[in-house]
Amino acid sequence: MIELQGCMKDFNQGGVNEVRALDQLSLTIDDGDFVTVIGSNGAGKSTLLNAIAGGFSLDAGRIVINGRDVTRWPEYRRAALIARVFQDPLLGTCPSATIEQNMALAARRGQRRGLGPGVRIRDRQRFSEELARIGLGLEKRLQDRVGLLSGGQRQALTMVMATLVRPEVLLLDEHIAALDPKTARQILELTREIIADQGLTSLMITHNMRHALTLGNRLIMMHQGRIILDVGGEEKRRLGVEDLLEQFYLIQGEALANDSMLLA
Amino acid sequence: MTVYAALGALEQGLVYGIMVVGVYLTFRILDFPDLTVDGSLPLGAAISAVAITGGLSPYLALFFAGCGGFAAGAVTALLNTKFKILHLLASILTMIALYSINIRIMGGPNIALIGSPTVFDPVVALGVPAHLAGLVVFAWSAGIVMAVLVWFLKTAFGQALMATGDNPQMITSQGVNTHVVIIVGVGLSNGLVALSGALVAQNQGAADVGMGIGTIIAGLASVIIGETVFGAHSIVRAVIAVVLGSVLYRFAIALALSLEIGGFSFSPSDLNLITALLVIGALIAPQLRQKMRFR
Repeated sequence: MIELQGCMKDFNQGGVNEVRALDQLSLTIDDGDFVTVIGSNGAGKSTLLNAIAGGFSLDAGRIVINGRDVTRWPEYRRAALIARVFQDPLLGTCPSATIEQNMALAARRGQRRGLGPGVRIRDRQRFSEELARIGLGLEKRLQDRVGLLSGGQRQALTMVMATLVRPEVLLLDEHIAALDPKTARQILELTREIIADQGLTSLMITHNMRHALTLGNRLIMMHQGRIILDVGGEEKRRLGVEDLLEQFYLIQGEALANDSMLLA
Repeated sequence: MTVYAALGALEQGLVYGIMVVGVYLTFRILDFPDLTVDGSLPLGAAISAVAITGGLSPYLALFFAGCGGFAAGAVTALLNTKFKILHLLASILTMIALYSINIRIMGGPNIALIGSPTVFDPVVALGVPAHLAGLVVFAWSAGIVMAVLVWFLKTAFGQALMATGDNPQMITSQGVNTHVVIIVGVGLSNGLVALSGALVAQNQGAADVGMGIGTIIAGLASVIIGETVFGAHSIVRAVIAVVLGSVLYRFAIALALSLEIGGFSFSPSDLNLITALLVIGALIAPQLRQKMRFR
């Protein structure tokens, strides 16, 4: 279970560009929940994921993951509990290392790294099995440098790497947005499979309303650093893209109305 | 160039090759341009000289020199990681501080080691001619350093170190504290540089506070020459390439110094200019080659 309580974050505090990225945000995610996150640009979606991963420290609030208060844990320490896949396929892997070296790095997520061999022989067998499952032929290229792979291949590899050590939380930050439509579909399917197979607690940011509706068991919509819609279960299944858009404009319109009231 | 000059170039290429491996570790693998080396090379020389004149074994002297270098590198890395000082500036600060520290260690700007025991004595005792003893010891040392570094970079920690230079965000999300890795990496690099300085001091029979000037440029020149000439497609190849680059660099210098065109000849004070031109040449060569191909 992930609990966020009263999380606050201002960027450029005190400056002219001050932005309230998280505004008194509270959220509880149950074990095995697959939450899709939507919202307009600057709504705070990435900030929310980054706050959980520990990319910055909160101005106020608390984050508890499965009973452990991680609010003050640095990012590398939280990595023992959290796996991440970024929008940029280049961020998840090391280009000058080989596929097996990258996988070996991920297979030690959250563990001590000593002077034993980086890639062990018994690892190779497991790595090629894991790669064979995604059907891109990468299992035959364990010794190839990752820099030689396409963006889609790298993102698929990152997905596999994210779950070599079972994460307590999987964070997906628009991880298919930078891919071509066909590859995006493949990676999305892979995502669905991995999360379902392992029953992972996950958060996935997407700009695609249809993905947000068809994937996962819960949907949250963010606006100006707050959660403005939170639906799950049967209610989410009944929701259509039009309903979401309606909600979205309703809330944005309301925000506008408030502003004009202030000005009037 | 005489045989002796060639032998000297080979010798220097190998002993400074250890320093070059250190520079390669920071400059290429960690992506951390580190000028500390201009201070940690004489630091190694100073520690080793003081240890030997103080009666310690010359081998122990090398060990302490390496430890001193590690500490110097760790200071630079701490300034950079914990206090967010730009890496170049942090390393210049440590380098400047080391100048004073080195003079303190030696109790003056230099120490002579003439007549003191060195690591070359046992080799001479084995029957190796005195003028080849340096070559034997340096070839051995450089070989061991290269082998250990290649082994180290293939360990789990070594892989994390390479990833830290390659993609810090990725390796942080894999649970690695990059600060620790950078401190260890820059420390190791300067440990090697200090070891190189200690060996030079024992060989030339003196440690001098000025002997570190231009170390970083010589190191970069060797790395770039080595990579350009021999390629760097794998770790093993790159490590061998940079040491060979160091040998080539010393040969180029020796050649330049022995050159006489009419009444003109280079003096040792022209070395910095020659080195700068060499580095510029090595940096431009791949671009020129690219341009030729497009034409």
